[in-house]
Amino acid sequence: MNPKRKKRLIIVLMIVFGASAAIGLTMYALSQNINLFYSPTQIAKGEAPAETRIRAGGMVVEGSVKRDPESLLVTFEVTDYENKVAVQYSGILPDLFREGQGIVAQGKLDASGTLQAVEVLAKHDENYMPPEVAEALQKSGKMPLPSKEEFNK
Amino acid sequence: MIVELGTFSLILAFFLSVLLSIVPMVGAQRSSLLLVSYARPLTIGVTFFVGLAFAILVNAFLTNDFSVQYVANHSNTALPWYYRFSAVWGGHEGSLLLWVLTLAGWTLAVALKSKALPLDIIGRVLGVLGIINAGFLSFVIFTSSPFERLLPRAPAEGADLNPLLQDFGLIVHPPMLYMGYVGFAVAFAFAIAALLSGRMDAAWARWSRPWTNVAWAFLTLGIALGSWWAYYELGWGGWWFWDPVENASLMPWLVGTALIHSLAVTEKRGVFKSWTLLLAIFAFSLSLLGTFLVRSGVLTSVHAFASDPARGFYILVMLAVAVGGSLLLYGIRAAQVKSDSSFTLVSRETLLLVNNVLLTVIAFTVLLGTLYPLLIDALGMGKMSVGPPYFNALTVPLGAMLMVALGVGALVRWRQTDASQLLKRLIGPLVLAVVFGITTMMIRGGEGWDHWTYVGIILAYWIVFCALVDLYDRAGKRSGSLIASLKKLPRAYWGMHLAHLGMAVLAVGVAMVSAFTEHRDLRMAPGDRQEVGEYVFEFKGIEQVQGPNYTSDKGVINVYQDGELYEVMTPEKRLYTARGNVMTEASIDAGLFRDLYVALGEPLEGGAWAIRLQFKPYVRWLWLGGLLMTFGGFLAAMDKRYRKMSQRDAKMA
Repeated sequence: MNPKRKKRLIIVLMIVFGASAAIGLTMYALSQNINLFYSPTQIAKGEAPAETRIRAGGMVVEGSVKRDPESLLVTFEVTDYENKVAVQYSGILPDLFREGQGIVAQGKLDASGTLQAVEVLAKHDENYMPPEVAEALQKSGKMPLPSKEEFNK
Repeated sequence: MIVELGTFSLILAFFLSVLLSIVPMVGAQRSSLLLVSYARPLTIGVTFFVGLAFAILVNAFLTNDFSVQYVANHSNTALPWYYRFSAVWGGHEGSLLLWVLTLAGWTLAVALKSKALPLDIIGRVLGVLGIINAGFLSFVIFTSSPFERLLPRAPAEGADLNPLLQDFGLIVHPPMLYMGYVGFAVAFAFAIAALLSGRMDAAWARWSRPWTNVAWAFLTLGIALGSWWAYYELGWGGWWFWDPVENASLMPWLVGTALIHSLAVTEKRGVFKSWTLLLAIFAFSLSLLGTFLVRSGVLTSVHAFASDPARGFYILVMLAVAVGGSLLLYGIRAAQVKSDSSFTLVSRETLLLVNNVLLTVIAFTVLLGTLYPLLIDALGMGKMSVGPPYFNALTVPLGAMLMVALGVGALVRWRQTDASQLLKRLIGPLVLAVVFGITTMMIRGGEGWDHWTYVGIILAYWIVFCALVDLYDRAGKRSGSLIASLKKLPRAYWGMHLAHLGMAVLAVGVAMVSAFTEHRDLRMAPGDRQEVGEYVFEFKGIEQVQGPNYTSDKGVINVYQDGELYEVMTPEKRLYTARGNVMTEASIDAGLFRDLYVALGEPLEGGAWAIRLQFKPYVRWLWLGGLLMTFGGFLAAMDKRYRKMSQRDAKMA
């Protein structure tokens, strides 16, 4: 092989090797870090895996928010107006967390079916509903009026 | 009446930009000086009318003209005038108008600054920019006009600006970011002009280099400002969230970084030509993709404004035309590109190739992580999100590899370097970096660090020592005084090292913040104390405060260091009355080596509050690194060589 071709071969091999290593790593990392969204109905049906990081969301049930008097532990329920799922979280809730508000919680389901949340997300806009929640509500046919389009305006 | 003039001038600007996209292009094709000479007046016209429309919108905001729907939705008489001014780009329509204004400004700058360029190039560059102007102007006019009226029932009071946006950050972050995003349109236009004219030589790289450097510097600044803003405004002290919209700005930055390095190789050595063209196309396409992701409402994020399928579709079509058209042109023309020279394996070219491969791979992994949830959703396979661990797992090691290459790259020479000589020169910095890095970590002590913290610190030293060796080679060995020979080094050289130093400073920031941040979320009743780092925080209680357009619960927290009162911190929880929004206003004690960060959560029973206390070492270094890169980019763009070269080109043409 002449030196020019050899150099080219080395460069091409470098790129191929680098690219395949990168894609392999990427796919591995991606598969480890996707968090699927489940609606309360899906969780009630047992579709959501236990002890796996998932996202769950819905409307916070009125009157369900209970705080521990000694710490930042808080429990509440979210609903798609068909089923409910209990959420337990320790930490500071976002500014727009309120009863009757759409939220998304990220965490793991424990043995009792409670979502042990590590993160609770609500948006910085009073009319906002997370799209996942809006879709879950529409599936259960319990989307509050006005419609989804109006809601996300 | 004045507001209708705004719509009218947008329409005029649109027609002028349509002319701009046709006349000089035809002129360039036919080598007609007359037709190409229309480009400059047309550009001035476009910029003037876009500027006029923008000024009219600004006026509507400053005079509280709530008969304009956009003003009514995003402003309020209680807002101070500077927030009413920045509220112009606080929503979708206005921020797109700012986009177009920035684009027109860049186009004008190219028209005025490029008198030395050959006729066919300048005609095509301005023509391509005219097409982009026309595309975005039609987008504004047809789907997102900020001048729609609410008549005859104009409200007496506006709905107020989202309180998150009532901040200095909104005044500076979007304009800087757009300067960067849109600036890549210039690099794109030069690349397309080169492809169209068939002059894919080193000259086009030289012409577009200063523009690309400036655009990149602005983008760097815009991203750094955004990160800083999120840190102090969102109320939980994070500085990068791997939010899809942040990724949307990071991807063009990564490819843009690859582009400025690849342009250097193309200009100086005449190789990587077709790759550089491709990168210029990708950098701008990713800017467009970012605009699409942010503006179409497909993403859920702090940046997503009102979603409207028509808008998303429109940008998607523009994206498809831009990417498809330019890649088609590239496919037809790139085969004609020939390299002017060759290089060996141990050379600066190879190192810059490694830089380019790594940066593109990082950009690709970020792209994958950002688009994957959208793809899965579109296929109806469920809703999901990709978490930060994915991005960290990939960008951290790849970034570390990039920094290793950076140090070597500073020390190898163009075309050919003797491998054993190179190794000899690398030994010193390597040993010093490891020794200094480990010593630093031993002195710092503490818990929470892992091997990546070591890697980050050692690599930061590595970059600095390699740069010092290079500086010594360039200046120290010469006869005469050191200062005099340092002064002789060109601005581009200083810009390069400054930006690389920024990378080292950024790495220190990332490593230290990730490893040593102390974070407590806790319930505090008045009188409660908590130790964080070497400080003790005591919650004294809450005071009620009245602001111009909000009421506030102000927490009073005494901070003690070594038993002495160090300072009183006052985080706030504000209620903005116009819309009933609640906002967290963190209290931050900033320092070069550490920040103290206190934020109020929510009131609990018995006068207690949920309180967030954080000790963040070296967090300022993140943005300091960004600033150094920004200055480096500007400095490199101001190199005298470009002016000399353009004068030479002018004589030759």
